[in-house]
Order: sequence, then structure tokens, then C-alpha cells
Amino acid sequence: MISGILQFEFLQNAFLTGIIIGAIAPLVGVFVVVRRMSMISDALSHVALAGIAFSLLLQKSFLSLAGLNPLYMGMAFSVGGSLFIEKLRGVYKHYQELAIPIIMSGGMGLSVIFISIADGFNTDLYGYLFGSVSAVSRTDLYVILAVGIVVVLTLTLLYKELFLLSFDEEHAKASGIPYKAIHFIFIVMVALVIAASMKIIGILLVSSLMTLPVAASLRFAKGFKQMIGFSILFGEVSVVGGLFLSYNLDLAPGGTIVIIAVLILILSILFDKWKNR
Amino acid sequence: MNPIVKMEDISYKYTKDLVLEHVSLEIPKGAFLAIVGPNGSGKSTLLKLLLGLFKLQKGKIEIFGEDIRRFKAWQKVGFVSQKANSFNSGFPATVFEVVQSGLTKKIGLFKFASKDDKKRVKKALESVDMLGYQNRNIGELSGGQQQRVFIARSLVSEPELMILDEPTVGVDSKNVHQFYEMLEMLNKKLGITLILVTHDVGTVTDKVTHVACLNKKLHFHGDAGEYNELDEGELSSIYGHGVQFLNHDH
Repeated sequence: MISGILQFEFLQNAFLTGIIIGAIAPLVGVFVVVRRMSMISDALSHVALAGIAFSLLLQKSFLSLAGLNPLYMGMAFSVGGSLFIEKLRGVYKHYQELAIPIIMSGGMGLSVIFISIADGFNTDLYGYLFGSVSAVSRTDLYVILAVGIVVVLTLTLLYKELFLLSFDEEHAKASGIPYKAIHFIFIVMVALVIAASMKIIGILLVSSLMTLPVAASLRFAKGFKQMIGFSILFGEVSVVGGLFLSYNLDLAPGGTIVIIAVLILILSILFDKWKNR
Repeated sequence: MNPIVKMEDISYKYTKDLVLEHVSLEIPKGAFLAIVGPNGSGKSTLLKLLLGLFKLQKGKIEIFGEDIRRFKAWQKVGFVSQKANSFNSGFPATVFEVVQSGLTKKIGLFKFASKDDKKRVKKALESVDMLGYQNRNIGELSGGQQQRVFIARSLVSEPELMILDEPTVGVDSKNVHQFYEMLEMLNKKLGITLILVTHDVGTVTDKVTHVACLNKKLHFHGDAGEYNELDEGELSSIYGHGVQFLNHDH
């Protein structure tokens, strides 16, 4: 495996990308979970799928667009979807969670239409759905690295505002911080992380990397910073361990990553129970 | 001397019926005012207007001598809500982190807490007697202890005015008295002007300096001594009938 990483560029790409998303997905996920927005990541990943399908359709239909990286369109759709969710949450003030199934089914509907126009499934799309070790190109790695830097910088600079907004929204509003702008920037970050993570872990599983490591550390973390630290640790163990297993056993990486995250979650629940016996 | 808060002829409605009618109220610097009134009397609406969370429909509010619509110095105003409404008790934050979040506005966007800020957090925890709990998760504390932490979160930005919305909801009765003593200390020693919304009429009147009785209209506004002189008939005409007035003897 190690020699494989040294030898093959595609494995280097996959591992480096994995290490980036293993950190940024749980980092964003901590705020997503404590703000009770876990379902948003699912909705946005389905919208990102529509973007990928649209991009693949364009590649097929127009020869001049054959080199277009589907990642860009996935990001554009995902960010667009996040804006729609915010709009819908404003429209349905008393039923804010309605925005999520609306966007989710809208995204899925669009994806199915694009796939059928493109005349069916191809292997590329399969890789996006379930994740793939071999699909990550050097360009993908650079794009994802850029996303990672933007996300980490933004969340560091807005950390105290996001903490306040997560802990006590009413107090955040009363304190006079620009909470709408901060919330909006945050949602865009979520959308970017989802688009960046889907190549490795797959669209259908991407939300798990945002929620499972966080759910595990929620069992025993003392304080918010510790929770972020543990979430990232669990995220990294899941991704690196998952990629390792998937390469050696020839399994889809998304599945192995998620199953390791589930195992960590079970262990932390048991640990918490044992500690509070 | 100019009052810290000056409300003039405030009326407010959500749909058709007015919840506040022609309320005018001046709050002098250094006061400890209790706004009391039954459920649905418009107390919370008045607070939300005062915090700038609701837009004024009719009337005028001046806060620190400035029209509330143009007021920006919100760090001068501390707010303690009914904790049960606004906070999720499983939240993984330490007491220290919670109190430090009270400095968010004061530190400013894109900046980080300095050593002085951390000292302020400790000082605020000390003044509510909770320094020993700084590394505990907020969810592990009792209702009364949590409320002290929330007071510290407001104190940390060194506010001149502190607004408390039913802060004793969820605090067990034997700690309520201590809680009010702490508020009295903040008012007298630190000179913070306090506005307290409560239905706890009996307990507060021996701690506060002023009382305002609200039931859509402002029925009484005066110092605590005058309020205590009111007889039961007058109180009933303020609150409507069927409200009991217990005079706690502490």
C-alpha cells in the first residue's frame, strides 16, 4: 500500500484529497450538527448530483466541453441549492425543515432527467454516487485543496460568531452581530465541502462524514474545541482507514469510510455507557 | 440627567389586536426596574422592541440618548433570556466558552480573544461565584447555576444596561432568593441598570428600586416603596381579578 502510494499518482491524489476532506467535512459538520441542520448536507449532495449529471451531459453533447471538470458544476449547483434552501426557509418560516425535502427531491428529479437525456448511466456517474479511489485527478486535488483552505480560513475567522449563533441564536441576534451574513457564508461553506468530498466518498454518503464523527465525539467531548478536535480525528481515521481497506480489498471507498465511521460511533457510545456506569 | 431608556407612546400589534397600547416609560440610570404583569400582557413584546429584535410600529424609543433605529452600541446592553427557550442543554460547550461568547460583538469580526478578554471572562465568572465551574460542560449544571453563567456571559462585555426576561424560570425556588440578591449586588456595586421582566411579583419588590405594571397599558410606574403601598383593590384593578399576591417574607 505504502509503496503503491509512492508509485501511483492516482493513489497520492486519493490519499491527499482524503486527508483534506477528512478534516474539513467534520469541521463544518460540528456546526451543522449542533445547529440541528444535519439534513441540509443530504439535500445539498443531491443537488450536487444534478450538477454532476448536467456536466456529464454537457461533456457528451458538446465536444468542446469534453474537458470540463464535473466538480465545478457540482459546486455551482450545490451552492445554488444552498441559496434556494435559505430562500425557502424564509418563505416557510414556521416549517423551515420543509426546505430540505423540496430541494432534495428537486435535485434528484433534475439528476434523473439529465441522466436520461444522456441516455443512461455511465461508470463516471457511478464513481460520483459511491466514491472512487481512481477517479481523483491532480486538478481535483488542487481544487479540493483550495476549497479546504477557504473553508478552514473562513471558519477560523468566523469561529466566535458561529459558536454564538450555534449556541444561542436569540442571543446572537440580540448582540448585534451580522448573523444573516454569517449564516449565509456558513451555508455556502457547507455546499463547497459537500462538492469537494463527493469524488472520494460518493454523493449518497457524503453527509455521513459530516455527521458521524461529530455524533461520536458528542458522546464525551468536554467543550466545543475538544469536540472539533475529536471530530476531525475520527474523520481522519475513517477516511484514511477506509481508503486503505478499499484499496486492499477492492471495495468502494465511500462504503468502507462510512462503515469505519459507524464503528467509531458505536465504540464511543459504548465507551460513554461504560464510563457512566 | 437623561434617562438610559426613554419610551414614548409605544403601541404594537401582531395581527389585529394591540398587545401594547400607548406605553410611555422612562428608566433612569442606576435603576433596578421590575416590569410585572400577567401572561399576555405584552411584557416580552416590550423587551423585544427594546432589544431591537422587533421593529417599532408606533411610538419612539431612545436608548442611551439615541434613537433605537440608529443605535449601534449594543455591547452596552446585556440580555439574559429565559434559558429554557433559547438553549439546548446537550450543547457541548464549557462554561468558559459560553461566557466568552458574550464578548463576540465587543472583540469584533475577524478578531480573536486576547489575554485581557480571557481575564474579563474569569472576572465575570468570579462575580457570579462560578469560577470553579469554568471547565465544566454547561449541560452538567443545575438550572440556577446555568442562569448564573448566562448572567456572567452578559456581564463580561461590561454592559451599562442589563435586560433580563423571566430569568428565574427553571431556577428552583430555594435558589431564587439568592439569585435576586446577586442581581441586587450587580445593581448596587457595579452600578448596572437592570430591567427585569417577571411574574414573580412578591419576591422582587423588596429588591428592586422601581416597578412598572404592564397589562397592554402601563398601569403603574413608580418606585418600589409606592408599589408596596398599593392595596389589594388597586392591584386587582391593575392585573385583573383572580391573581393572587403572595408577599414573601424573606
